[in-house]
Amino acid sequence: MYFTYLRRELSGRTKQTVIVAAGLAIAIALVIIVNALTAGVRDAQTQALESVYGVGTDLTVAGAQQEPGEGDGARFEFGEGGGATADDGTTTLAQSQLRTEMGRSTLDATTVDTISGIDGVSSASGALSLTNSTFSGELPEIPAEGATGEAPADGAPQGGGGFGGGSFDVDSFTVLGVDPAAQSVGPLSSVTVSEGRALETDDAGQNVAVVDATYSTTNDLTVGGTVDVGGAAMEIVGIVTSSTSSTDTASNVYIPLDVAQSLADVGDVVSTVYVQAATADGIAAVQEEIETALPDTTVSSQSDLASTVSGSLSSATSLVTNLGTWLSILVLAVAVVLAVLFTISGVSRRTREFGTLKAIGWSNGRVIRQVAGESMVQGLFGGAIGLAIGLGGILAINVIAPTISSAPTTTSEAGRDGGPGGGGPGFASVAQTVSDITLTAPLTPWVLVAAVGLAVSAGLVAGAFGGWRAARLSPAEALRSVA
Amino acid sequence: MTMTEPHIDAPNEPTTPLYRLADVSKTYTQKKRVVKPLVGVDLEIARGDFVTIQGPTGGGKSTLLQLLGALDRPTSGRLTLGDTDLAAASNAALGSARAREIGFVFQGFNLIPTLTASENVDMGLEPLGLADAERRARVAEALAHVGLADRADHRPGELSGGQQQRVAIARAIAKRPRVLLADEPTGNLDESMRDEILDLLQALNDGGLTLIVVTHDSAVARRASRRLRLEKGTIRDITR
Repeated sequence: MYFTYLRRELSGRTKQTVIVAAGLAIAIALVIIVNALTAGVRDAQTQALESVYGVGTDLTVAGAQQEPGEGDGARFEFGEGGGATADDGTTTLAQSQLRTEMGRSTLDATTVDTISGIDGVSSASGALSLTNSTFSGELPEIPAEGATGEAPADGAPQGGGGFGGGSFDVDSFTVLGVDPAAQSVGPLSSVTVSEGRALETDDAGQNVAVVDATYSTTNDLTVGGTVDVGGAAMEIVGIVTSSTSSTDTASNVYIPLDVAQSLADVGDVVSTVYVQAATADGIAAVQEEIETALPDTTVSSQSDLASTVSGSLSSATSLVTNLGTWLSILVLAVAVVLAVLFTISGVSRRTREFGTLKAIGWSNGRVIRQVAGESMVQGLFGGAIGLAIGLGGILAINVIAPTISSAPTTTSEAGRDGGPGGGGPGFASVAQTVSDITLTAPLTPWVLVAAVGLAVSAGLVAGAFGGWRAARLSPAEALRSVA
Repeated sequence: MTMTEPHIDAPNEPTTPLYRLADVSKTYTQKKRVVKPLVGVDLEIARGDFVTIQGPTGGGKSTLLQLLGALDRPTSGRLTLGDTDLAAASNAALGSARAREIGFVFQGFNLIPTLTASENVDMGLEPLGLADAERRARVAEALAHVGLADRADHRPGELSGGQQQRVAIARAIAKRPRVLLADEPTGNLDESMRDEILDLLQALNDGGLTLIVVTHDSAVARRASRRLRLEKGTIRDITR
């Protein structure tokens, strides 16, 4: 009889049932989608970091940040005989430079050994981040004083700029010097060889390179060919792609660490040390140990690194975590309040009914169970619809698979000092390390638990208020009030 | 026991009244005004009686019916239903008395509109905790007794006023109560329907069920074995 009465009452008050269930459904669907998106953004963030810092990297150690203007600014300088002058007076210039990351000091290579010796460190690997910039162009003969300049036949200057009929181009790409013998942690741990081979231990000291697949396609580079790095021709032995959903790897070109140090003429240094802790619980302790042992360095954990991810991924994170969460809470609160108000209003409208039931012997508990049961079913009904809408939303997101860009802020900082005005290489590095990541909304058991939990909770809250109201009804007063 | 056989009291019980009221008063506050619908009422109602209570509106009839129906407690005085002191009983005891010993019939029928006739009757059996088969049997028997066996699956909206009141009576008698309390049971009915309901109530009383009916209708009062008049909170017997 309990369920018959419950079913008849809910179907007899379709409008109220639909409104309450719809309110809860929208709220629960929002919570599900926002939660799934949060998980998706978190995954994307992890992938963005892994594509840059490598899979399994728990900590990174970098040199101290330099003040603006500090350090060696990048500049192309051409002295006498810096170019070849043709018969028509046009001078052809070409210069390639390999420079370390702007705005941050390097670390002595022994830092890697120091870190490896710290308790709790599973492995450590150093890498040298470089930017290769090539200046090439033609300068016309400088006209004699008073002569009028003549515009070139083809009009506008090409590439990076030009003047008075000259033209020049600045090409830039990132180079990462890595230890070929230590690839379990660091940038190469998140790449997959798509063609050729990876760098091997025997490659140390050799002019060999592995090239990012996207960069190789753009620049027509193939295995067996060469790529000019710092003026040296490096034999391409492999093409790599990202093993995460990121479209690009951490760098355009990977060469042996010792070769990179030699070409950049920076001595035995590294830019970053990638550290893997022995246990997840020990990460904080290892971070503290490293900070104590190497006070002049910057030690970052995964959570620190996550905050450095910028681009539209950062915007998505902010949108989901702030607006999405608050919107979900607001809608959920409104839906619960709506359910409570409708339940209380329903009890008030049914004063005669509940008064009669009490008059014929129904206990308070039995009346409360009836009211609470109706609210609970409304909640579950809303939960089921919300779950369906939520799953539909998740499916839609995964089908659409929106692409969002990400870039670690540290790269932007590197570019800060090297704008075109400085003539340095930094300005190009930002674009090269921005990667596109496909945003997914993963479906987890938590989503189902959350939907059912929220539906039951909302039903319980509404039922509790309605039941409390029904319990307070005195049968005599109830019947007197409707007489 | 069948529906025509009401609650059977112990052999020595017929000698004692079903209800005994001694100096019963009721006071309550309504809109900051103290209302005294009953003042020092002394009354005994015998088993098997057909009692009507008449009087002007606001004279305390409904309040007295609520006290007799264990819906409320008197402010002072003593009120017993059999051996149960309704004035001092707990809420649970009052609820139990309503569930097992008292049947209610209201002027507005008070049926649940979303339920069928048989389901409405079944609602009266809900507190008794009977087995399903027993419940089904009692529902069918009660509906047959009021002549609505063929309308068991109809909802109140599909029944006439007289039929709805019959369903309400079936709901009241299905539990086999000691007493049936009716508040203006014919107040919403036309003359022919009124007579149908009165015939039904008369038949129940003839079967041994105690009837206490609050009414303005002299036609109802004429059928009673005992007539009471309640005016300004005091009661007097006007049976001739």
